[in-house]
Amino acid sequence: MSLIDALARMEAAATGAARPLATVRHRHLAARPLVLVPLTTAGETGAPLGAMLGTDRAAPELFTVPQPRDRDLRFTFLERLAEALLPHLESCQDEVEFVERKETDPDTGKRVTVQAELCTDAPQVLVPTGPGIDVVRLLGRSMRFRRTAEEDPEAPHPAPPRVPLLGRWLTHYAERARVPGSSLLLSMTDLLTRHWATGQSRLEDQHLGALLAWIAPPDGIPGAEAARRAELARDEHGQLLVPPAGPATDPAFDNRLLAPALARHDKGVPGAAEEVHELIASQLRPTWEAMWQGVDLLRSLPEGAHTADRWRRDRQSYTHHRDRLRSAEPPQPRRDDAVTAARKLAMREQRQAELDAQEALDDPLVMAVRRLAGEAFAARAAHVEPAVSEGKRPTPRPLVTVRAEEHDRPLLAEGDAVYRALPEGGGQRAEVVGAPEPGVYVLRLVNGMGRGKEPAPGTVPEPGDRDCWTLFEHAPRGGPALPEPEETPWTHGGPPPEATAEPPDPTTPEDLL
Amino acid sequence: MTASVHLPRQAEAAVGDPGAAAALATERILADTLDESVPGVVVDSPPGAGKSTLVVRAARELAAAGRPLMVIAQTNAQVDDLVDRLASADPDLPVGRLHSSDAHAYDPALDRHPAVRTSAKSADLAGMDIVVSTAAKWAWVKPGEQWRCAIVDEAYQMRSDALLAVAGLFERALFVGDPGQLDPFSQADATQWAGQAHDPAASAVSTLLAHNPGLPQHRLPVSWRLPASAAPLVSEAFYPYTPFRSGTGPGDRSLEFTGPADGSAVDEVLDVAAASGWGLLELPAARTPRTDPEAVAAVAALVRRLLEREGVTRSERGDGPAPLTADRVAVGTAHRDQAAAVRAALGPLAEGGPGAGRSGDHEGDRESGESGEGGGPGVTVDTANRLQGREFDVTVMLHPLSGRPDATEFHLETGRLCVLTSRHRHACLVVCRAGVPELLDDHPATEPARLGTWSPAPDGWEAHQAVLARLAGHTVRLR
Repeated sequence: MSLIDALARMEAAATGAARPLATVRHRHLAARPLVLVPLTTAGETGAPLGAMLGTDRAAPELFTVPQPRDRDLRFTFLERLAEALLPHLESCQDEVEFVERKETDPDTGKRVTVQAELCTDAPQVLVPTGPGIDVVRLLGRSMRFRRTAEEDPEAPHPAPPRVPLLGRWLTHYAERARVPGSSLLLSMTDLLTRHWATGQSRLEDQHLGALLAWIAPPDGIPGAEAARRAELARDEHGQLLVPPAGPATDPAFDNRLLAPALARHDKGVPGAAEEVHELIASQLRPTWEAMWQGVDLLRSLPEGAHTADRWRRDRQSYTHHRDRLRSAEPPQPRRDDAVTAARKLAMREQRQAELDAQEALDDPLVMAVRRLAGEAFAARAAHVEPAVSEGKRPTPRPLVTVRAEEHDRPLLAEGDAVYRALPEGGGQRAEVVGAPEPGVYVLRLVNGMGRGKEPAPGTVPEPGDRDCWTLFEHAPRGGPALPEPEETPWTHGGPPPEATAEPPDPTTPEDLL
Repeated sequence: MTASVHLPRQAEAAVGDPGAAAALATERILADTLDESVPGVVVDSPPGAGKSTLVVRAARELAAAGRPLMVIAQTNAQVDDLVDRLASADPDLPVGRLHSSDAHAYDPALDRHPAVRTSAKSADLAGMDIVVSTAAKWAWVKPGEQWRCAIVDEAYQMRSDALLAVAGLFERALFVGDPGQLDPFSQADATQWAGQAHDPAASAVSTLLAHNPGLPQHRLPVSWRLPASAAPLVSEAFYPYTPFRSGTGPGDRSLEFTGPADGSAVDEVLDVAAASGWGLLELPAARTPRTDPEAVAAVAALVRRLLEREGVTRSERGDGPAPLTADRVAVGTAHRDQAAAVRAALGPLAEGGPGAGRSGDHEGDRESGESGEGGGPGVTVDTANRLQGREFDVTVMLHPLSGRPDATEFHLETGRLCVLTSRHRHACLVVCRAGVPELLDDHPATEPARLGTWSPAPDGWEAHQAVLARLAGHTVRLR
């Protein structure tokens, strides 16, 4: 935990209200996000109990499974989920802009510029908690290998027509959610804890109701008390006043209300399905409201400057998935091959470094975290000395002496690189060439000054200018390319078998309850 | 998955003389390395077991057999050190140093070797017997310029995806590394691949062995660095599957002080460490910030007295008593800010500290201590990550769990403690707040167990308990 984070948590505990951790919103928030609140059945991994979803807070759709152990009823639920979700997930496929992209020509091996489509927007899905994202992933996994009656007329239990397609979309969204800074699929608790610190532990922050109680405490009640009430308060029947945000339900609800209702349904008691439906709705509605309250809170923050750049990558990811579906590629494999896994990890590491840098550049409060850690420092230029590089074609390499502000103590040594954002956009790198006294550094600017013999105007600090220098790069470069999967070396098991549609999961006794 | 093949080899352990045991192991390794029918050979090397010597010898024998080879190391310092060793061992051997195009990409000391050629382009080094570079730089070399043979150094610190990027460049390879040091890690979430054969965040060796379980595996059985007082503890705590022993006996090395003790706890623990090889200076229990000012002051006081009292070391090398100079002393910490605080507290005594001249950032684990030149470089102060592979006479460590309210995975990591407790030839001093055993008891490991994962190192929690139990007998309380 950073010092700022620890301080904010202590202040929150002392004052009874959450403290901001950011001055801007660091994640994209769509104009019309789809909120999805899923519930699962206790003890039945992957058996959905119900879901509330929609883009209109006043008109959620609600689907429930009156007996989660009945596969036919589960399929009915998934079919309705597909009918409700797919129109949203497919809604941005056809509005495109054209962008130029570098590509290696397969015939000549040369880098050529090609025109590519890029969807102008992408649908966003919000779930309450981190485990909610896991449920999306699990639903995707359970659906994408299913075969419909059309694909396999012999299948004893064919999936409803659009269910495998929804599985592929959910798989894509859940996989994208693992990329740092991505915003296609987000959990509300992650969003809120990124922007506010509460006076409770990170574990307790996973309870959406308790988290909101700190960020927006009901009138006059201290956050700690409001959070405790949200977590623990029960009515005269022993039921929680604020049901958990899922995907798990409260055991007292399961035992005292849900189980008897399911038993009545199994016995064929008239009206039992409606009773189960209403019971599940009672658990979902408070979370539905909490989700929109969270959306409102997040909208109160202005969007961070680099957020749109990162959202553009989400749009690219969405467009790529659309293209894979349109070219009838098989579903995402169960396991990544060695090259795909390594590429994904490399991409995520680059995005993480980029996110860390961009959040700091967009937000002085985040930059303060880095400054306190000695990873950045604010400094005024004291003295600027023109200099040029040695070599055939001399280029400007001015020496700038800067004095760090009083409390900045960067962990710097001679030869280290430091970076700053240029006023006109772009970044500039400098090398530390000396530290004549504590807090004073002589920096040699090495780029960002244009191509001329003299530095372009505005690219060299003037004495008195204040800059925030960072020890981290602002736009971290990616690594070298990895081999193609068909060139996987012997150390990693050699090339994987050709990508074909994997067989569906075999039916197990659990499927036939 | 592969644990069974890591069982100790009884034959090597049965050889009485450490030198003979090590020589036997080396001969077997070289025989497999030169055997064209074997695609890969894995060698586990405990701290100070002569890994670099083995790499240099294997490289020279392969080159002498007419098989040009590439050598892959993990850091530029390791590459420079290897090239220097190769060129020193055989001044006529054509060695290429492939480096990045950044400024100061390699150690200019290499320029003194006439047969060493340096370049940022692999094409410039074509035809050299041996070309050495980092894994990161090799990854930019296009396949096609194939070497038949490769040596991968520090293979346990190399990530599986880094090996994937370079493995297309060679047909067969010798993988050498220390399984007990810090595991490679990823800043991004890689848990979805945990336990899979090609988990990109796992070590190169675990992926290699998962896909090629039949490869011959060897180990170097003798640590020449660690004294007889340290090898059994480090072996038991960190290398339970690949035990090793010290190359020296209990009386072969000694550390004595010329200056008398002043009666302080600091001097007392120095005397304990000089006599036994271990010393724990225990501060009163407290929860502190990471840069605990009292602990930092205690570390600085230990180093200062260590040098003021003019230690004299004797070793099995028989080159007479040598003064314990600042460059033979290191301070190890878990975090960078802790190292910075210690450097500040040491002032001009510290390498790179305020007021001290800054020299090359890495000297590698050279066999001979270049001590004795008065006014030379200062005490090395760095994190465990940066002390990996280095060797000193005396080390002082700030215990990773000192003053902490919790025991996180980072602070419990086996490799971190192993690096900090296995850098010394004579003695290791530990500065720690009281109460760490209780802290460990309160914080059992909570990381989820993942199916199919295998680690060559034991659990950090257990390793910490073993080290603390040993240190308990060498504890001096700061009053």
